[in-house]
Parts: sequence; C-alpha cells; structure tokens
Amino acid sequence: MKLHLRIWRQKDGSSPGQFGEYDLDGVRDEMSFLEMLDVLNEQLIDGGEEPVAFDSDCREGVCGMCSLVINGKAHGPLAGTTTCQLYMRHFNEGDVVTIEPWRSSAFPVLRDLIVDRSAFDRIMQAGGYVTLHSGPKPEPNSIPIEPEVAEQALDAATCIGCGACVAACPNGSAMLYTAAKVSHLGLLPQGQPERYGRVKKMVDQMDQEGFGACRNYAECEAQCPKEISINFISQMNRDYLKATLSEPVDRRSKMSSQ
Amino acid sequence: MQRLTALYQTTLGKKAVVAVTGLILYGFVVGHMLGNLKVFTGNDAAGEPHIDIYAHFLRTMGEPMVPYSFLLWVARIILIAALVLHVYTVVLLSRRNHAARHENYADPRYSQASAPARWMMVSGVLLLAFIVFHLLQFTFGKIGGAPFVEGAVYANLYHAFHQWFFVGLYVIAMAALALHVNHGVWSLFQTLGLDNPDRNRIFRLLATLSSVGLFVGFASVPLLFFLGLMPSPPTGEAVHLTEGVM
Repeated sequence: MKLHLRIWRQKDGSSPGQFGEYDLDGVRDEMSFLEMLDVLNEQLIDGGEEPVAFDSDCREGVCGMCSLVINGKAHGPLAGTTTCQLYMRHFNEGDVVTIEPWRSSAFPVLRDLIVDRSAFDRIMQAGGYVTLHSGPKPEPNSIPIEPEVAEQALDAATCIGCGACVAACPNGSAMLYTAAKVSHLGLLPQGQPERYGRVKKMVDQMDQEGFGACRNYAECEAQCPKEISINFISQMNRDYLKATLSEPVDRRSKMSSQ
Repeated sequence: MQRLTALYQTTLGKKAVVAVTGLILYGFVVGHMLGNLKVFTGNDAAGEPHIDIYAHFLRTMGEPMVPYSFLLWVARIILIAALVLHVYTVVLLSRRNHAARHENYADPRYSQASAPARWMMVSGVLLLAFIVFHLLQFTFGKIGGAPFVEGAVYANLYHAFHQWFFVGLYVIAMAALALHVNHGVWSLFQTLGLDNPDRNRIFRLLATLSSVGLFVGFASVPLLFFLGLMPSPPTGEAVHLTEGVM
C-alpha cells in the first residue's frame, strides 16, 4: 500500500511548526499505525533526514503514551482504539493521512508529535490518592462493595490518561480525564474520607492548568480509546457543587441558641 | 454569598451559573409560549380578546397585596438579571475555551457533537438580537409601521403579522430558540450533575419536546395571522387599557 503522509513537524516548543509531506510505499495491512511511522522514520534516516518524533511505550493499548490526531480525530478513525492498536488495514491505497499532535494550550508541543502532558500529572498530584494503612495486608473481603458500584469504578479506572479527551474537545477541556480520576476513587469506600476535598483540589488544579470549560458536546466520550462515559462528568459536577456549596467548612465552632 | 462568589471564580461554577440562569430563561419562554396561546381562545362576553385580558392580568395580579405591576416588575428584574449573567458568563467561558485551543487542527472532525450543540453561540446571538427587536416592537412599540396601541395586544399582533418580513423574522428567531433549547435543556442538567443513565432519556426527551413544542407554539401565532386564519380585532378595542404589552 502507498500512502501520502502530512505530518506536523516542529523543532521545539518555541519554534513555529508546519506540515511535512512524505510519500511512503510498502505499507502492509498488518502493520500498526506506529509501525508504519517506524518504517517512515527508517526511510527518513536512510535519506539523511530528521526522523519524526512521536510518543509510544507499551504498544498494547494500556500505557496512554501514544497520542496522535489522525485525520482530525484523536487516535484515528476507529472508536475505542489507541493509535498503537490501529492497523493499516483500515486505510486504503493512495490515502492522504494527516497526523498532528494533541492541540491544547495546556499540552505544549515539545517536538513534532510529542506534547508535554505534565498538566495531567499535576491534577493527579492535587488529589488523586486515598489514605490507606500500611500495616499487614487486610483480609481481601473486609470492605464490602456492591458489585455494580465496583464495576462502575472500574469503568472510570480504565482511563489511561492519554489526553485524547482534551485533544478531541473543541473547547480543550479536560473534564473527562479529571472526572474519571475523581469518580473512580470517589465511588469506592476507600475513597470516601477525601471525597469532597479531592474533587475540589483536582478541579481547581484543572482550572489552573488552563484547560477549557465543558460545553457537553460529548466529543471526548466518542474519541476516548477506553470509551469512558460522560456520566462521570455529571457525577463530578454534582460532587464539586456539593463540595463548594454545602459541605461544612466550620464543623466544630460554638453555636448560639438565641 | 461568600461560597457563591468563590464558586463563580471556577469554570465549573461559571458553568453552573449558565445552567441555572438558562433554566430560569427556559421557564420564562415556556410560560410566555403558553400565555401566547390565549391568542387562539377568542374574546370574552364584552368582546375583549382573552390575550388582552391576560396581559392586563399580568399587571394586576397580586393586587391589592402588592401594588400595580409589582409582580411583573419582579419577574422582569429576575429575567433581565438572569439574561445578563447568562450572556456575560458565556462570553467569559468562551474566551477561556478559545485560549485553551489556540491552534486548531488542519481538518477538525466531529464524532458525535450534535449540530444544535455546536451552533449554541450562533443561536444564542440570534436570540439576543431578537429579544432586543421583540421588546422594541411589542413592549415599546417603536417598530412596526402599523399604529401601536398599548394594551391592545391582539390588534398589535394582527397588524404586525400581516407583514411577511415580520413573520419571517419571528419564525427564524423561533428556529434559533428551538436549536438553543434542544441542547441547552439537556446540557443544564448535565452541568448541574443531575443527569445519569437512569434519567438521561427523560432529560433528552424533555429537551427535544421543549424544542419542538416551543417552536410550534410560538411560530403558530405569526403564521396563522399571516395566513389570514385569525379573525380581525374588535373595533375600538382596549382603548381603556393604557398599560404596556408584555
């Protein structure tokens, strides 16, 4: 298969970028999208050109490193798929394929297709933890959890933090990521002690990072490789409003009766 | 109050303000549309159109406990405040969103964002312009061409809606309202954290039905006048009413 590739090339964060045009022959159906880029890079290196920089790690859809916008969609045209799981059989002979990095002011481009997603780490650091005792291992079933709730928490926990939600959102919002992280801890009994403090801290950090505001387009859900539901966004909104408006700030002061 | 101002500093808080003010404005348009249907119920025994009596009632309701027009002004102030806050907050959020995606994709594609959702800003701006126009026409009586008589609601409508451009304008504005409500009425429940898979169908249904219902209810008035299906106003009606029309 022969493809024409339009790939975003940018030397570093402070240089302007532009599209580079490449023709690539010998693309096989069973190659993954990243393997196709590996082949391109070998061709570029052989020709004495600078290879295309892109992120990847596990190449089996769980690490959240690969991050390409392919023909205007995060992780390419297939639903529920990361870039590394996207195979070239979904493309046709002679296709023009446009490859861009995640576009978000909170994710500055480092080089070519690589962006800095530290903003997500800072959101996690702000409140994405639970307090657990560190003594001997407890009896596994000592904390009962309703199976449906456990499943729902696991649905949220499938978030791999790739940033496709931000890339897909026309408003550059990180609501789906933050909601998935807030909900997966907030749904479980182990996450209750920090529940309202957590949502407040993580959402406030999300705001500080400069992400946009959600307009309920649900593009994030459609382009999320783990197909995480916008139901979690609603849950986070509920917890956040409760945390800001009704959770007591002053629990222990004296009260007057007259 | 301290908590509310703190909430407004955050994007989620601003979103919640847009949702609550949107809900207030939605409540108003539903009430307005239902009130408009009085146009179709004819005249009372004295030959005065029901819609004129209703318009007069909006000013006298609550009397004698509250003064004339008091409740109407309370409603007006709440609505104006809601509208100002709604528009101002959306402008703030929109600027933030543009900053968050300063560079766009070469060929951005949508997966499932609905057209009404993507056209919210367009429909919203149209509606804002329409509100100004509509108030100038039927509250202040500054636009219309035909003689405008305060309180003679039916006659004012009758004269205005025999002109095709007014009819066209009102139908287009109501299409914008239908689009805005189709996304907004669901979106506000999602923003306030009330939506979940159990309730999603009912909220979606409410938004779709509201959108269709408001369009049909509102647009039927100018269209039926224009098509000549409405009786002409009683002669010399409502001269005794000196109050403004809603």
